[in-house]
Amino acid sequence: MADILDQLQGNDTFPKLLVRNAGLHPDKVAMREKEFGIWQPFTWREYHEHVRDFAMGLVALGMQPGDKVAIIGDNRPEWVWAEVAAQAAGGASVGLYQDSNLTEVAFVIDHCDATFVVAEDQEQVDKILDMLDKLPKVRAVVFTDPRGLRKYAHEKLLSFEAVEEKGREFLEHRPGAWEEHVRNGKVSDVAIISYTSGTTGFPKGAMLSFRNLLSMALSLNQVDPKLPGDEFVSFLPLAWIGEQMMSLSSALAVGFTVNFPEQPETVMENIREIGPHVMFAPPRIWENLTSTVQVKIMDTTPFKRFMYERWMPVGRKVADLRFQKKPIPAGLAFLHRLGHWALFRALKDRLGFTHLRSASTGGAALGPDVFRFFHAMDVPLKQIYGQTEISGISCIHRNDDIQFHTVGVPIPGTEVKISETGEILSKSDAVFLGYYKNEEATTAAVSDGWLRSGDAGYLAEDGQLVVIDRVKDVMQLADGTQYSPQFIENRLKFSPFVKEAVVVGKGRPYLTAMLNIDMGVVGKWAEKNKISYTTYTDLSAKPEVYDLVQREVDLVNETLPSAASIRKFVLLYKELDADDEELTRTRKVRRGFVEERYKVVIDALYGDRGEVAIDTTIKFQDGKTTRIQTTLLVRRLRESPGKAA
Amino acid sequence: MPLLRVNNLILHFRGVTALSDVSFEVRRGSLHAVIGPNGAGKTSLLNCISGVYRPQRGSVHFDGADVTKLSPAHRTKMGVARTFQNIALFRGMTVLDNLLIGRHVHQHEGVLSGGIYYGKARAEEIAHREVVEDIIDFLEIQHIRKKVVGTLAYGLQKRVELARALALEPRLLLLDEPMAGMNAEEKEDMARFILDINEDRGTTMIMIEHDMGVVMDVSHRVTVLSFGEKIADGTPEEVQGDPAVQEAYLGQVQG
Repeated sequence: MADILDQLQGNDTFPKLLVRNAGLHPDKVAMREKEFGIWQPFTWREYHEHVRDFAMGLVALGMQPGDKVAIIGDNRPEWVWAEVAAQAAGGASVGLYQDSNLTEVAFVIDHCDATFVVAEDQEQVDKILDMLDKLPKVRAVVFTDPRGLRKYAHEKLLSFEAVEEKGREFLEHRPGAWEEHVRNGKVSDVAIISYTSGTTGFPKGAMLSFRNLLSMALSLNQVDPKLPGDEFVSFLPLAWIGEQMMSLSSALAVGFTVNFPEQPETVMENIREIGPHVMFAPPRIWENLTSTVQVKIMDTTPFKRFMYERWMPVGRKVADLRFQKKPIPAGLAFLHRLGHWALFRALKDRLGFTHLRSASTGGAALGPDVFRFFHAMDVPLKQIYGQTEISGISCIHRNDDIQFHTVGVPIPGTEVKISETGEILSKSDAVFLGYYKNEEATTAAVSDGWLRSGDAGYLAEDGQLVVIDRVKDVMQLADGTQYSPQFIENRLKFSPFVKEAVVVGKGRPYLTAMLNIDMGVVGKWAEKNKISYTTYTDLSAKPEVYDLVQREVDLVNETLPSAASIRKFVLLYKELDADDEELTRTRKVRRGFVEERYKVVIDALYGDRGEVAIDTTIKFQDGKTTRIQTTLLVRRLRESPGKAA
Repeated sequence: MPLLRVNNLILHFRGVTALSDVSFEVRRGSLHAVIGPNGAGKTSLLNCISGVYRPQRGSVHFDGADVTKLSPAHRTKMGVARTFQNIALFRGMTVLDNLLIGRHVHQHEGVLSGGIYYGKARAEEIAHREVVEDIIDFLEIQHIRKKVVGTLAYGLQKRVELARALALEPRLLLLDEPMAGMNAEEKEDMARFILDINEDRGTTMIMIEHDMGVVMDVSHRVTVLSFGEKIADGTPEEVQGDPAVQEAYLGQVQG
């Protein structure tokens, strides 16, 4: 079987790739860091020198093969140098999230048996020094930014430069030591230990080898190519597998340039200055960008607003046709071309997306409107899916096949299947070596090379993977059909008219939904359509509003397997409210409580009658109560063919 | 030799005595706090040191030279910089421009050569920008470098003002209530910056501050004023235990 790593011609570790790149194009810019208002470049030769000196410094300080180096701080070149240096010295690197608190930091450093800690600045050094009594295995704490540390006199504390200096001295006495160390690195070595935040209990450290990381990067590169001339901005935590994949594995394998922002606050500005070709960010970043643009358009000059409102629908129409894989009529294509010059080009420039060729989102679901927004201006945003334990990625959308409700198809070399219990399993060269010092968890996570994701999902007919929810949050209908209330509720809430949704069906024959309309949006819509109304209760009971919402529910049903589609819904007469204990303070539905409270409504949803009489009292924040008497309509939906499970 | 010596300073406005016979010294490299109840004469003292007020009697010696009769501009050239209780910045200009203006005492090229922006003038501008960028980095205000000062939050404006004073590369920095009106987190940040300036850049500082916690935490020496008179002088611990200070702050102990 051809090994995907063959294309690296034996340069199968990060340090070996670094040496290769420094040899091939020593004067090409490998990294940039914005400091003092200027993008300061580092060539591959300089990158190589820093890593070499720091690695030898660690060896001079007594680092042994197999030792771990913990790294904590914002995204800086030194972070990356320290990681590759640790690997070159025969050890592994362990990234810590920069906002971790004392106990988390101490737990990970202790659990991974780190002998060296590289901390960015005073803030991080303080955390480590505070806990140092409890960390006897730590031999030295290395800082990169001396600011405020001048008066710290701790025997274990030393600067990054001091370690590099020791490395240079060491090399004078032992020339050839660097080459020897690099040569000794093996593809099967543990390269990083990536700690995943367990929702319960302590974090677990996933051990990933060079083979894991590089096979993932190269496989991904086949379907989402990155080029040596590309620019990338590194702004997500380097401790996170996604950032490791981009700034380390991919950057070293492909040789593109990684840019480090000046400060966390300047990221968006810095992205615009760089104009990256490749960008990878969680949904919240894409959502923020979308809403920022929309807000700014409202405040801008009438002319700009006119242009936005004139051309954006053209972009959306083209995007929708592409999503549906339908041909674009010549006239529309021409208009879209005009739109490029009139609006999209300028808009992309403002966001720094002029050169953006590969854009992806991962970690959670992203609403269709956001997808449509970026595709409208020709930013090819794609969904990816994966876990730390499979080095980050197992599935990604292909350029010509983007569907909102899927996470794409497996990358080359990756197999994905659904277990009998409905759990997503995956297998590839990138599946991790195991959890560090946690055999039990490893056995639970991997069997026969198949990694259990803990996510429930299904493969659609065209081979696209659909992720439903965490397995433990999945529920069953009376006939055993599985469904995820949260998954369906989120899909319903993607509609601007639906504010809140509760999907019912556990142990029942079919699914039903209780919905809250969004008073602002639906009210506007009603005014526009000359529908008069008085209160929320009144508006919710309008047949026209029911028709409106029904269309939205039908759209969601089309994406659901028919056995798990919504058959009936009601529009509730009041908004679910945290003050009434129906929602948590973070606006999550308290399912049990709501089902109890709206028992009458639910009974009606599973009965034969088309309506239900409501007689209830509502309590306001100031203690006043009011009585609501109304008749609630139950809307029955035609049984849609839906999608086969 | 102390960096600053104030001898028997007397200042009055018509009938009101602002300072009566105040003497104290500020050692090189120290962070010196001046505290006291409202109207004790703290800002008047700072104004005498910076040259805004001319005392009726007494003298101010900066780095061994008598500067009592020198103008504020002259003292600035010698290396005395200050921040104000009420922010004094060009509100319509960017942070960067405000800081570059702070470099004016070090500016040698004229308007003409600066306008042509060639040769020496250009090299000078680049050198100034480097100094300013270093300060921007030091005070972590990169993200507002090109923002107009008037649009910034109060806490940030305070930080910009400190940056502007630092742009002078002063030997003595006078801070008039650098933390007034700030919330706890902003105060903590500001205290850290003040300490860092003192430790990393070795700048001698006189700071007027009301927040006792901050004063006791960061300063090396404290001078206490009450009704224009110096009532105590010493390390924070000494001053804290001084009965006269307790009386000035808490009122006379009955009994």
